[in-house]
Amino acid sequence: MDRVKNPPVTRAEVEDFLFQEAALLDEWRLEEWLGLLTEDATYQVPPNDRPDSNPADTLFILSDDIVRIRERVKRLSSPNCHAEHPHSRTRRMISNVRILAAEGNLITVAANFVVYRARRHEKIREYVGAYRYVLRHSEDGFKIKHRRAVIDTHELGSLGAVSFIL
Amino acid sequence: MRDSFIIDDAVGKKFLLNREALVSADVLKREIKNIFSKCWIYVGHSSELKKPGDFQTRLVAGRPVIFVRSATGAVQCFFNTCRHRGALVCAEREGNRRSFVCVYHGWSYRNDGNLAGVPGAEAYAETFDKSELGLRKPARFESYRDFWFMNLDPNAMALKDYLGRATDYIDLVTEQSPSGQMEIISGTQEYDIAANWKLMVENSVDDYHIPTTHSTWLAYMANSGVSIEVPKGEGLVLPTKGWAIDLGNGNFTTDNVNFRGRPVAKWIPIYGEDSKPEMEEIRKELVARLGAERAQRVADTNRNLVIFPNLVINDGSSVTVRTFYPASANKMNVRAWALGPVEETPTARARRLDAFLTFYGPGGFATPDDVEALELVQQGLANWEDDPWSEMSRGMGRGPDQQQLNSDEHHLRIFWRRWSQMMESP
Repeated sequence: MDRVKNPPVTRAEVEDFLFQEAALLDEWRLEEWLGLLTEDATYQVPPNDRPDSNPADTLFILSDDIVRIRERVKRLSSPNCHAEHPHSRTRRMISNVRILAAEGNLITVAANFVVYRARRHEKIREYVGAYRYVLRHSEDGFKIKHRRAVIDTHELGSLGAVSFIL
Repeated sequence: MRDSFIIDDAVGKKFLLNREALVSADVLKREIKNIFSKCWIYVGHSSELKKPGDFQTRLVAGRPVIFVRSATGAVQCFFNTCRHRGALVCAEREGNRRSFVCVYHGWSYRNDGNLAGVPGAEAYAETFDKSELGLRKPARFESYRDFWFMNLDPNAMALKDYLGRATDYIDLVTEQSPSGQMEIISGTQEYDIAANWKLMVENSVDDYHIPTTHSTWLAYMANSGVSIEVPKGEGLVLPTKGWAIDLGNGNFTTDNVNFRGRPVAKWIPIYGEDSKPEMEEIRKELVARLGAERAQRVADTNRNLVIFPNLVINDGSSVTVRTFYPASANKMNVRAWALGPVEETPTARARRLDAFLTFYGPGGFATPDDVEALELVQQGLANWEDDPWSEMSRGMGRGPDQQQLNSDEHHLRIFWRRWSQMMESP
């Protein structure tokens, strides 16, 4: 999909929003992050061997509706979430932001990401890939209706898990 | 390297495992020789090769193989190595091909493994015989209910005999399908764990760890409306009772009464009210086909089945087929798929896949914590020389008339006894 002509919002506005989201996630302010989501938000990470697939017929790494996103945040906030306690330190680099489509108050956005993840004494793990967002915009700003993180590596391999919010 | 890695004291009711088994490169070398080259090793499922020419390349026990359906429809397995100078003859992950052509010098092989063409064949002497230069195969390649295994030992017992009583548990899984045909669903979970591969065998069947390692998953279940209350006074650690069962030849399973929902066919609120009629239909079909008792076994009981040494079929929140290989003594590669009935409706399939993600896989609510636990074990095992024995006696105090529970370590001991016996043979 190519960039849309004359979008109703500017790329800079979208970037500001995505950078703010990245900061909340990197700082583990997950309750505030939930506030960025619509009441019907979805969050998906497709399997590495089927990056363009649909969770209704393909086994994903994760595919959450808003109920499970909230449960995921509860889990991540618990000291008994062993995979993320102590929390990974993450640092997100988001670039190549494009507005792909605009329809009504919804816009489709593509962005590239590198998420560095550091944990205890381990070597830094680099999650490299592309985001696809559907954002709802209003006078109050943006809300996330859909976010999908596609990892570029052919298998998850030594990245091990997607135990944090990618 | 030690001669023996276990202390198995039936009188003293003690079972100890020497931790060198989990850290040593020499042990791994012997495992490759004594276990991975002698046992039936899972390669793939017929459903991954739907049409003639369909292939999957994968590493099986460290060996690159081509798992392929040939032009005549036969499922076959070849070592992915050119007979000429050794290159992979297929570098693609999957696809459909009539032939595999080596990119180095152009030798080409038909999808039945025979050598079809050699560029500049006139340069070879008369003694050069193309019919002797087809792709090599593992010594044995056999299937049960569409699960294909290879064996590098030409003298190995038949797969059916090797599986032994495990076939009944595979049947319980495949009987979810009205036609008895299950399929691997699109999408592969492949991830590494910085831990010895045998820790994954233990973890896949160890129900003792669930309340602690997976308390956040249990909380998620409780929040969704599943009762996670543990009955008092029965020595249980989970809401329902389960057993650990020896199936022979190092194979074993847990066998539990389900509490966590099953796509076939035990409803829990996560599936949604609107799924109830379809799930009732699924159950009715089971009862009509299998009778009430067997239908209840299929629908209301879970099993975590291990086919020695490295195939796990977990039939719980969903069905996962999981295999794993040692990359080194302290690292493994895991590969996991979802399995479902071929005739499943789109809504039932979506429910099965969603249920999978509640627990399993690298983004699930449980598996990442298993990975963490296993990696913590491996890190702790750096002390193996100073603290050499793991204590694995849980359940040995039960009398001979008492069944071993899924939260005991009976089934883990079955694995280690078999492993130990194979490692000690010359």
